[in-house]
Amino acid sequence: MRIILYLLQKEFTQIFRNKTMLPIIFVMPLVQLLVLSFAATFEMKNIKINITDNDHSSTSRALIGKFQGSAFYTIVNYSDAYKVAEKDLKTNKADMILQLPSGFERQLLKENKAKLQITINAINGSAAGLMNAYTFSIIKDFNRNLIIETYGTEMEMPIQSSTLYWFNPELNYKTYMVPGILVLLITIIAMFVSSMNIVREKEIGTIEQINVTPIHKYQFIAGKLFPFWIIAMFELAFGLLMAKIIFSLPILGNLGVIFSVASIYILAVLGIGLFVSTISNTQQQAMFIAWFFMLVFIMMSGLFTPVESMPQWAQQFNIINPVAYFIKVMRMVLLKGSGFADILIQIVSLFIYAILALSLAVGLYRKKN
Amino acid sequence: MSEIAISANNLTKKYGEITAVNGLSFEIKKAELFGFIGPDGAGKTTLFRILSTLLLPDSGNATLAGFDVVNDYKKIRNIIGYMPGRFSLYQDLSVEENLKFFATIFGTTIKENYELIKDIYIQIEPFKTRPAGKLSGGMKQKLALCCALIHKPEVLVLDEPTTGVDAVSRKEFWEMLKRLKESGITIIVSTPYMDEAGLCDRVSLIQGGNIMSTDTPANIIKAFNKTLFAVKSHEMYRLMQDLHEWDATETTYLFGQHIHLTIQKGNKSEIAAFLTDKQHKEVEIQEIEPNIEDSFMRLMSKH
Repeated sequence: MRIILYLLQKEFTQIFRNKTMLPIIFVMPLVQLLVLSFAATFEMKNIKINITDNDHSSTSRALIGKFQGSAFYTIVNYSDAYKVAEKDLKTNKADMILQLPSGFERQLLKENKAKLQITINAINGSAAGLMNAYTFSIIKDFNRNLIIETYGTEMEMPIQSSTLYWFNPELNYKTYMVPGILVLLITIIAMFVSSMNIVREKEIGTIEQINVTPIHKYQFIAGKLFPFWIIAMFELAFGLLMAKIIFSLPILGNLGVIFSVASIYILAVLGIGLFVSTISNTQQQAMFIAWFFMLVFIMMSGLFTPVESMPQWAQQFNIINPVAYFIKVMRMVLLKGSGFADILIQIVSLFIYAILALSLAVGLYRKKN
Repeated sequence: MSEIAISANNLTKKYGEITAVNGLSFEIKKAELFGFIGPDGAGKTTLFRILSTLLLPDSGNATLAGFDVVNDYKKIRNIIGYMPGRFSLYQDLSVEENLKFFATIFGTTIKENYELIKDIYIQIEPFKTRPAGKLSGGMKQKLALCCALIHKPEVLVLDEPTTGVDAVSRKEFWEMLKRLKESGITIIVSTPYMDEAGLCDRVSLIQGGNIMSTDTPANIIKAFNKTLFAVKSHEMYRLMQDLHEWDATETTYLFGQHIHLTIQKGNKSEIAAFLTDKQHKEVEIQEIEPNIEDSFMRLMSKH
């Protein structure tokens, strides 16, 4: 025990003496939290729209006025011919074209229906979907006004629906993103930084000297992993505090639940980090391998895109994705106020994961070859 | 017969096609300063890594202080002090922190074994707060030696400790080893520098994974049993070629300013006659005493 404590002390001395390590641990997460939380948004503002009005009627102008008044749209050009508008789309001057054909108003008055065309740049599919949804809601709103004007009263729909957004009533994407980004941050510490730290000993040759000492494998590994466990836990606390202050992140559940699950989660990720370090010989190799795991885990975890929209095999993959479990736990506890009973499956899975990952990595770690 | 500290029996280690260590057997006595002398790639580091329990031999066995390097590796790690060829201490920890670190993981303290390292540590003590990475080459070696000694090992394994160290520090280093030996520690040391062989009690000349000869430096030189000539002329390159092609030549190689030559039979005057015949001018021929390097070259040409 005395030896482990001494190893810890030595490890912390080295970490705090390392001029690149300190910013990685303390500045990088804060920057990531700020940048990612603002950038990884599901809202679109300033959609560049080109309007081709071939009708030039009061109705068409009224509809265009709706777009002008919306904060989501910036009208970049008015053109008379669709061909000209297309050019804007091709040269990226506009994201979408709204075309109102000639006779738009006349048809509306005569036949009670008219057609318009929307052309959207769909290189980014999800952005295109958002633009379509916004445009659709503006037109729907316009339609309702038309009905009121025409019939003097709002038409009764047979089925009326009203939607309540639970757990995130204002659909604030930051509330949704921040818990996930916090998971990302502690995963970087526990996987990247820990594996690179162990490989560094290989790279500079100190492991050679350590191996010829009576120090036990478990002592060395504990001495190596525990500092990063502490740092990751600290980072989670720090991140939660920042999120509360900067983004007023709702914390509905018990923080004790969060930290208990985090303590298991970090062990699992440290296991992966240790595994990475046993199969690599240089910090570069370790970084690329850790990056590989990281990217796959993060992309599939549901941080950016909902897991439910992934194909079946991808959803099943998440059984072996610790990041997915913990992101789910974070969101459930923070936004929904779930307790231990609600996240039992995740806790048990992470627990098994931690045991498997650590024993695999410890088994692979050799003091001699 | 004094006590055997290290013995190896038919040790072999292969890396794929390459045999790094080829059936080595030797015995090293307690409190002996034993050198493995050979060029880079001779298998010295592989052998030392096997003896230090870092590498498993493919076949054969070895014991340190009676413990088997494969089965009793845990016991060996308590009694061995190992200094790898590459500086392997924590560069970002200070001199004192490094020493304290190694003392602690061996379950001892600096105080407890201070006597053993005192002579060496005193020289680096003025820099004890300096990070190890910022020490000079000679200082690094001294610190590494202190760290390898701090748990009072029975056997000290030093892999090329003087490579890359200046001549003065090298000399000091060997003097330190002599003193350590006197305190009863068995020391094995490897070096590519032939001139250091004379500082060991006994040496093994090692080349291509094989031991060519094991004896005291004096006996190895004695075994040379040939007259060695140092030859020089105004045209060294042509001289080298001519001597190579001469029928009477046994071994010939460049050695500093001279060419060292042994011939199958004959004497100085026959060499002189041959060189005059080849129109060499300013010819100098001297009979000289062979040194370890000459023995090494001679053994190498035989193997």
